[in-house]
Amino acid sequence: MSLHRPKPPLPSDDTRWKLVNATMRRNGYADHALIETLHSVQDAFGFLDETALRFVAASLDVPLSKVFGVATFYHLFRLKPKGRHTCVVCTGTACYIKGAGVLVDALRAHHQVEPGETTADGALSVLTARCVGACGLAPAAVVDGEVVGKLAPEALLERLDQLEHAKTAPAPPPRARAPA
Amino acid sequence: MPGPASQPKVRVVTFRVDDQDLSAREDETLIEVCREHRIPIPSLCYLEGLSAWGGCRLCMVEIVGQPRLAAACSTRVVEGMEVHTDTERLRRYRRTLVELLFAERAHVCSVCVSNGHCELQTLAQRCGVDHMRMPRRAVSYPVDSSHEMFRVDHDRCILCTRCVRVCDEIEGAHTWDVMGRGSDCRVITDMAQPWAESETCTSCGKCVQVCPTGALVKQGTSVGEMVKDQHFLPILARRRHPR
Amino acid sequence: MHLDDLAEQAATIRARDAETEHEIRVCMAASCQSSGSGQVLDALRAGVEPQTQSCRVKGVGCMGLCSAGPLVAVAAPGDTLNASRLYRDVAPTDAPAILDNLGNPEPIERLHCPTDQPFFTAQHRIVLEHSGRIDPDSLDDAIAVGGYSALVRALTELTPAEVLREVTSSGLRGRGGGGYPTGLKWSTVAKMPGGQKYVVCNADEGDPGAFMDRAVLESDPHRVIEGMAIAGYAVGASKGYVYVRAEYPLAVERLTNAIRKAKRAGFLGSQIADTQFGFEIELRLGAGAFVCGEETALMASIQGLRGQPRPRPPYPAEAGLWGCPTLINNVETFANIAPIVREGGDWFAALGTEGSKGTKVFALAGTIVNTGLIEVPMGTRLAHIIEVIGGGIPGGGRVKAVQTGGPSGGCIPRAHLDTPVDYDSLKGLGTIMGSGGMIVMDERSSMVDVARYFMEFCMTESCGKCVPCRTGTQQMHALLERIAAAEAGRAELALLEELCEVVQATSLCGLGQTAPNPVLSTLRYFRDEYESRLVD
Repeated sequence: MSLHRPKPPLPSDDTRWKLVNATMRRNGYADHALIETLHSVQDAFGFLDETALRFVAASLDVPLSKVFGVATFYHLFRLKPKGRHTCVVCTGTACYIKGAGVLVDALRAHHQVEPGETTADGALSVLTARCVGACGLAPAAVVDGEVVGKLAPEALLERLDQLEHAKTAPAPPPRARAPA
Repeated sequence: MPGPASQPKVRVVTFRVDDQDLSAREDETLIEVCREHRIPIPSLCYLEGLSAWGGCRLCMVEIVGQPRLAAACSTRVVEGMEVHTDTERLRRYRRTLVELLFAERAHVCSVCVSNGHCELQTLAQRCGVDHMRMPRRAVSYPVDSSHEMFRVDHDRCILCTRCVRVCDEIEGAHTWDVMGRGSDCRVITDMAQPWAESETCTSCGKCVQVCPTGALVKQGTSVGEMVKDQHFLPILARRRHPR
Repeated sequence: MHLDDLAEQAATIRARDAETEHEIRVCMAASCQSSGSGQVLDALRAGVEPQTQSCRVKGVGCMGLCSAGPLVAVAAPGDTLNASRLYRDVAPTDAPAILDNLGNPEPIERLHCPTDQPFFTAQHRIVLEHSGRIDPDSLDDAIAVGGYSALVRALTELTPAEVLREVTSSGLRGRGGGGYPTGLKWSTVAKMPGGQKYVVCNADEGDPGAFMDRAVLESDPHRVIEGMAIAGYAVGASKGYVYVRAEYPLAVERLTNAIRKAKRAGFLGSQIADTQFGFEIELRLGAGAFVCGEETALMASIQGLRGQPRPRPPYPAEAGLWGCPTLINNVETFANIAPIVREGGDWFAALGTEGSKGTKVFALAGTIVNTGLIEVPMGTRLAHIIEVIGGGIPGGGRVKAVQTGGPSGGCIPRAHLDTPVDYDSLKGLGTIMGSGGMIVMDERSSMVDVARYFMEFCMTESCGKCVPCRTGTQQMHALLERIAAAEAGRAELALLEELCEVVQATSLCGLGQTAPNPVLSTLRYFRDEYESRLVD
């Protein structure tokens, strides 16, 4: 007995869905491609919204609750959009010993933002990571993808201020569609 | 239709549990054999008819010659093994584990619809948990009463995943799953939306019946009224997956 | 392809390289990159544009002394790291000076980092033998130093059983933490009945403060691929997965590139070296879950599920990925395979101690002069690693303790620094070898705080499946917070110790079973620090 299961249509004509679809096709739409596919959604859109999760669930024929369970198990997956800039503070052992906590405190005091959150104006997302592997540069942070090391809190804050004033980084691409 | 001819070759082994000589097929687990012989082994996640989960760790037993304890739900019987299920050490561990569960969420038996019919409560009494040495985790969870027949109270959930497994393995709907990680884990329906909005739930109620506590209950029950009925499970499991 | 063809190809590449007089190697591993080695490489390249016969500038992998990065080595083609002239803390503006100085017998004094200092001379590099010498993105570079010759030799001259014998006689034990004998693991998978089998490389290096596997993948990815393919041949598997952390984008990029090139050159794919053996490797990215370093959780993750461990047995060797026999080793273990096949198991077994053979790569970090990556023979004394290779504490302070094994390990106090580093000695001290993170702490570090830090780590990384790990780590963390803040009494310390015992004994997987170790080991050696904070 086999029940025919049609593939769902792309959620919109945003071309980024084609990238997502390509990942699934490459894996033969197998259910074990779920994490790979979620990575490709996040690479394309910056985060995982409900539309995307439903589309992936339908395409791979994985139950909705399972998709949501996987998306929330792994800390790298975001269900909310990122800020215009991100600052990931490393809290690995070496960085911890050399003062990662002070960096987090400084961000908290200066930007009123807790790790894992984005500032109210959407300018900055602060995250923590379990060792970015730059232990020789402790304490380290990753600012917009670039590792900066041997940081004093003042230096980090100054660097973040420069980012916001320089406005060099492009704004994140517009979202494909509001979540259903 | 399966033919009658090919009988899988399964050996029968003999072993000792608490100084009692037993025999069983080698593909049976310790907990199955012990339950069959009415040797009490506590467990909150194991349920006959569902796959083993190995999460509650209350069924840990001592096996002579093995340095580590073994979970009876996920340990197959072996020829000549000698098992102790009720040592002082195990009793102490079980007491602590039950206490940890009580401290994790706001379990208040006196106002629970499952009061008197709750597996966690019964176990606490049997293990002799009469006071709490550790503080409760101060996190409060919502109650979802959106479903017309059932209710989920996360404060009373112990994350045993029986609901997840019965929904997936017996009903085939896979409405339930677990979201998050560590202490932030929570059972969810579909995309963590209100139960009534679930597109996959068939309202069969199996999850309610297998839930060991008052986390999943029928609407309209009041304190102490919720009695669960699990007799259907082994029957359904046998019919769905004939051995 | 035969071994002779490959040797000839290697000789041709070496001869071509030898036409160049100077080779300028710029470390392009993650640590040096984050201190700006990319710009240094660009500046040097611009300075010798067009690339002349007399000088070649190339990006290489990790040279080890990460705290002195960006590192630049000036060498003759084929020179080892120690034979090169090394410059430290190089800025792009230093490029002209380095180029001008090429023929000069004297190095540039202000940048010079002597390679005759113990940090370099006291190491014994096997896993890292080509790290910092070759361009990780160049297959030619790998072949020139003998890459894939062990694979081709195994396929054309050895039977799978002979490969197994070499690996078994080498005495190699798993470098991921547990120290399980590699030969035994391989033999078990090999003995399973035929059909689909898998080889999995665990590159989900999650211990905070550990970056050995990252460095190997970033510096010499072909060595890992070669080790996996040899493993596939020995155990009868045709498919391999590398499960690598998504937090290591550079390693992912270089590995992807290396797999593509190896495939194109016929070292992966079907009929490798004109034999019947075929082997494919696919990459799987983690997504930020420490528990996925546990092998059953890792397999769940490869299969697209929540990374939750399951009870063992059945072990992966019997029923792993999709229920098939699966061999799982970590990056460093696979990186040891090619040299073992090349030089023989006995050669490897001659290194190290009775129960721990070969070398071990460590990531030295914390309060120490030379932070970075080192490789030493098993059995090297801790004091030697810290005082001689690591250069001791900055400013001449005293070591208080050394933490090994990450959140599953423990702290070794100063009094035991004379211990040789091997699996069994460290276990005797209440810690573990772990994957190789080594964090040095001086007198200023509070041991209660260290225990609290690791407990917080385990608490947030617990998958939530089993009760003792999910709720026990949380209660232990709360107790440690109270002790650290001098709010707790004797009863609470006693409860902490009991929880340690319960969580250790009843947790489902290694994460929970070892989560109490940092507490237990600091209680064992630094109990007074706990007791001095009690309020009753």
